[in-house]
Amino acid sequence: MGDAQMEEGDNPREIEVAPALIAVHPAQRSVAVAVGSDLRVYDLTGDCPVSLVDDSAKPFHSDSIRAIRYGASGKLLVSAGDDKLVKIWSTDSWLCIGSVCCEKRVSSVAVSNDGLFVCFADKFGVVWVVSSKENVENQALPDKKAAPILAHYCSIITSLEFSPDGRFIVSADRDYKIRVTVVPKNPLDGAHEIQTFCLGHSEYVSCLDFIHSPDYPHGLLVSGSGDSTVRLWDVTSGSLLDTCEIGAKAELSVTDGLEEEPCHAITDLCTCSNGTSIALAVQSLKGIMLLNCNPSAKTLSIAKVVLIEGETLIPTSLGTSLSEGLLWMVTGISKLQGFNHSSLARVRAVSLPEDNGQDAEPVLLRDDEIPGGQKLLERLQGSVSIGNDVFLAAAEALKTAMRSLLIKKQYSAEKREFRKRTRNDRKLKN
Amino acid sequence: MIEKETTSTFNKSTGLPRKRFYRARAHSNPLSDSHFPVPLSPSQFDYSLHYPQLFPASSDDDNPKRIQFADIGCGFGGLLVALSTLFPDKLMIGMEIRDKVTEYVKERISALRTTNPSQYQNISVVRTNSMKYIPNYFEKGQLMKMFFLFPDPHFKEKNHRRRVISPHLLDEYAYTLAVGGIIYTITDVEELGEWMKGCLENHPMFEALTEEELENDPVVKLLTSATEEGQKVARNGGQTFQAIYRRIAPSL
Repeated sequence: MGDAQMEEGDNPREIEVAPALIAVHPAQRSVAVAVGSDLRVYDLTGDCPVSLVDDSAKPFHSDSIRAIRYGASGKLLVSAGDDKLVKIWSTDSWLCIGSVCCEKRVSSVAVSNDGLFVCFADKFGVVWVVSSKENVENQALPDKKAAPILAHYCSIITSLEFSPDGRFIVSADRDYKIRVTVVPKNPLDGAHEIQTFCLGHSEYVSCLDFIHSPDYPHGLLVSGSGDSTVRLWDVTSGSLLDTCEIGAKAELSVTDGLEEEPCHAITDLCTCSNGTSIALAVQSLKGIMLLNCNPSAKTLSIAKVVLIEGETLIPTSLGTSLSEGLLWMVTGISKLQGFNHSSLARVRAVSLPEDNGQDAEPVLLRDDEIPGGQKLLERLQGSVSIGNDVFLAAAEALKTAMRSLLIKKQYSAEKREFRKRTRNDRKLKN
Repeated sequence: MIEKETTSTFNKSTGLPRKRFYRARAHSNPLSDSHFPVPLSPSQFDYSLHYPQLFPASSDDDNPKRIQFADIGCGFGGLLVALSTLFPDKLMIGMEIRDKVTEYVKERISALRTTNPSQYQNISVVRTNSMKYIPNYFEKGQLMKMFFLFPDPHFKEKNHRRRVISPHLLDEYAYTLAVGGIIYTITDVEELGEWMKGCLENHPMFEALTEEELENDPVVKLLTSATEEGQKVARNGGQTFQAIYRRIAPSL
């Protein structure tokens, strides 16, 4: 029997790394990137970097940001993370207009379609709601109180989404479950009526998004998972409409032999403004994969793989606006052990064709072609230039971090007995 | 340990398993992710495994019957055994997180089926964490009765979130119960009794049964008399606290 003493992930002194995140204003007026505790925003309308102002008791974030999101109307930007704070920013004044304390670390956020409520989920499975009504004078409000609306029992909630018609709130967890709950008239009283569960994934569910289709006002739900599949669901009945296996196609574009077996877990997904494309970030894929959704046939199929040539870029987060056909991606990490840099990030964008015609190809934009150009990249990436090897190490560190967070640890019978050694009833024996 | 003939795990005269060989700690950590198979969705739950006489073939879609009663934390199976003959045409299941105790109930049901042909075919047990996986076993509105008999009180306030009846978990039980379905809870711990009653009272999808309805329900008496835990409380002259509620449609 091997070494039962030390196990991976048992070391409490391991530096916890967080992936870089990106969010795009629904009308592409600004782009936000979160790297570690740093929230960086670039204003595309004014073509200048944004200086956020926070006058609350605990200004800005003091630990890794785990979720950033714009509200559907674009008036609000929400950020939350390991410092147990949820911050609501006005996108007009760039002031922090609300700061909410959470008991546990926050893993996911969502904004109701009317912009009146902000929901956030903690690592123990509780989803909270807080009112985000702006103060008339646009001043910072005192610390708000959140109310719990629903909970997944002791499971990390990885994604929160409101359905396009605002009728449902969907929450996904690491126990393979997706729960669809009816949004009540007054969310602060709690969302008790479960519409359905979308069950079928065989690993943690990592990301959710809705396809906006005029035939389906509730929207078609798309989910990505650690089981390397993307699934399409009917959110009213919970029935699985289609499953797309990513593993096979991603094999062709896998990284060159770094790991024993390449992992095709879905890291992030994003439905695109053309209404039928879905962009995926897959672990081990140096680029993005595009899926095509046929809303009438209710099917998913792999359309294209867009590889990022010339550099090692495994995206950690994807973002898109509702109007412009540009898919933004970021790769990055908060802190990397063994490297001097405090944080690193790299932003790229892909121009997507309007309709999914055969001739229209997605185009990877060069640094000078990206909206905001060099100034945007300087602001969002920071001024450090990073080598390929650093990004590869970062990708590995993030993969390990995600695994240890979301995948249940499997212990052999001997290891389980060893781990029980401190239990009182065990101590009495022998 | 020397193996003697008298240390057989089954009682030779009744054919039933002997409890002392299936003793386990009373508590099991509901937060731990133990390794038992969980169906990916209710349609994947194999009825032929649990009710072989009623569901002969493995992929038999002919029998439309589904489980309608669930005993959450069924312990040694006392309630299931009592309900089986009271409702012979209903399918029931016990959910228990402790390994050894689940084994005991399996053996008990198996022995009862052997000594009483064509009886006890409608009950079974499954080892699972019902606080996490109930939606994996039951479709929306599938159950007519759910039982929570003498659940772990988790006295410390920091452990209250481990209680099997809580405002959040009631959402899931409301989802699993059909409108009109009934949830039965009982405990001998007064504080827990008040807690459970409070949770149910404050939940918009449950309403209390009237005194008259309670008197007319034959199941209510079984809560105290059918289980080992209930019998122990009666022996010690303890008091029990019930909260029995009906699942209603939420008011708009």
